[in-house]
Amino acid sequence: MSKQIPVVDYLVLGDSPHLVAHECTSCGARFFDRRNACAGCFGTTFKPVSIATDGEVRAFTIVAFAAPGVAVPFVSAVVDCGGTSVRGNIINTEPDPDHVKLSMKVRLVTTSIGTDDDGTEAIGFGFEPIS
Amino acid sequence: MASDDIWILGIKMTKFGKHADKDTVDLAAEAAMAAMADGGVTMADMGVLAAGCLMGGGGLGQQLQKQIGQTGIPVYNVSNACATGATALRTVIMALKAGECDMGLAVGVEKLAGAGLLGAGGKPKSDKNVYEPSGRYGAVVPTDGRIGTDNMPGVFAQVGMEYGHKYGGATFELFAKISEKNHMHSTLNPLAAYSKAMSLEQIMGDMMIAYPNTRPMCSANCDGAAAAVLVTGAKLKTLSLEQQRRAVKVSASVLTSDPYEEACQILPNVNTLTRRAAKQAYEQAGVGPSDLNLVELHDCFATAELVHYDNLMLCEEGGAVDFFNSGAPFRDGARPVNVSGGLQSKGHPIAATGIANVWEVCHHLRGEAGPRQIEGAKVGLAHVIGLGSACGIHILEKSAA
Repeated sequence: MSKQIPVVDYLVLGDSPHLVAHECTSCGARFFDRRNACAGCFGTTFKPVSIATDGEVRAFTIVAFAAPGVAVPFVSAVVDCGGTSVRGNIINTEPDPDHVKLSMKVRLVTTSIGTDDDGTEAIGFGFEPIS
Repeated sequence: MASDDIWILGIKMTKFGKHADKDTVDLAAEAAMAAMADGGVTMADMGVLAAGCLMGGGGLGQQLQKQIGQTGIPVYNVSNACATGATALRTVIMALKAGECDMGLAVGVEKLAGAGLLGAGGKPKSDKNVYEPSGRYGAVVPTDGRIGTDNMPGVFAQVGMEYGHKYGGATFELFAKISEKNHMHSTLNPLAAYSKAMSLEQIMGDMMIAYPNTRPMCSANCDGAAAAVLVTGAKLKTLSLEQQRRAVKVSASVLTSDPYEEACQILPNVNTLTRRAAKQAYEQAGVGPSDLNLVELHDCFATAELVHYDNLMLCEEGGAVDFFNSGAPFRDGARPVNVSGGLQSKGHPIAATGIANVWEVCHHLRGEAGPRQIEGAKVGLAHVIGLGSACGIHILEKSAA
């Protein structure tokens, strides 16, 4: 059976893939990477929280150039997932301004990034339009 | 002039563009020597040196001294992204205000011609391809392009689109018109890297880099340097009347970083730190946005210029689109913005930019800007922002002498 690994450690795979963040227990600020103290209130305790998988596109760009191995053009976006901003690509739609719009509703989906020499498949995520 | 005021005594930028035959030390030396000559002083008069070259690996200040004069004065090598030049200025200003010396030199230089897209990149692959989590996000592959974008045209495109999401009206065509304005302004600037007018059709039809920024809507990577000599009011009083007449008052010098806000670590928030810096600067200078005769703001991309109209309070909150459409930021408008051609045409040799913007404003305040002179200019503002983030704002005033 082939193994899978998430593209980043804040992506949780399984039956209902979702993102997790470290939430400051004092002020509720959320961070996808580790912090010694909260950037907002300097609190030092955090708890893991699941991030909503549905969201709304708050900003996007369509990037025409990228490092080798990255398909272009691709759509980079800031998605408001229930009050938490998430960065990700808009996928499963044409990467042009006729198909990608501000305020568009989207949901998180996973996508295969590739398989390494040991047979492990990397799983990434993106957001697709909710039609 | 008050003794504790700070003044620009001499200032100069090199031609921006390709300088294949000069290295960063040569360019920095050219700007520094010219700035000191402009102020009628020499290295013997300098009490402090602050120097920046973002991509240069540090140590520019001492290399520059070896090129133009080693006097043993303290050197601060500064690095603050695209605000590096403004940070060098601010460092010298702080030394003067602290009373450590009465005159100092700030220099910024960069060689970027042909550098391509900045910000993006990936690690080279090893021989065996095995996914292993690494870095702060436990990433198994470079995330740029797979989880959003790191490239600067893309990041700033999103900054502009976010403004559009919030207030509306920010179309591809509007952003292209901002670029058309700056390219039109550049035709009067002989020191600009690119000084050709471009039509709206040309700009919109050019190569798309990161929608809605096409190539001419992106700052031009190029080579260049700029330098300034700063002096205390007390010292300036002892200099010649001609030096006093050409000196430009630094009415405000402010540097901010970005405070925590939701989303700021997903998409850099270039707004709040700029707004805060502007507010502090207006208070320090005792002037308001309506007093400004010209503004050089950090149009690293056309999408960035729009948000900074608002951040610098040149318009009402949310009113940047209307502000542009009113014609105000054109050189014949009420609040001329980027009459130098801006970073999109003049070019953006990173560490030089924060001093070159100040030079442009001084050039007009001294009445020396020739065909592109903004007539009667008395007060101007220079703004830069570096991602990470740092924002530098200087408000300059014409000498009363």
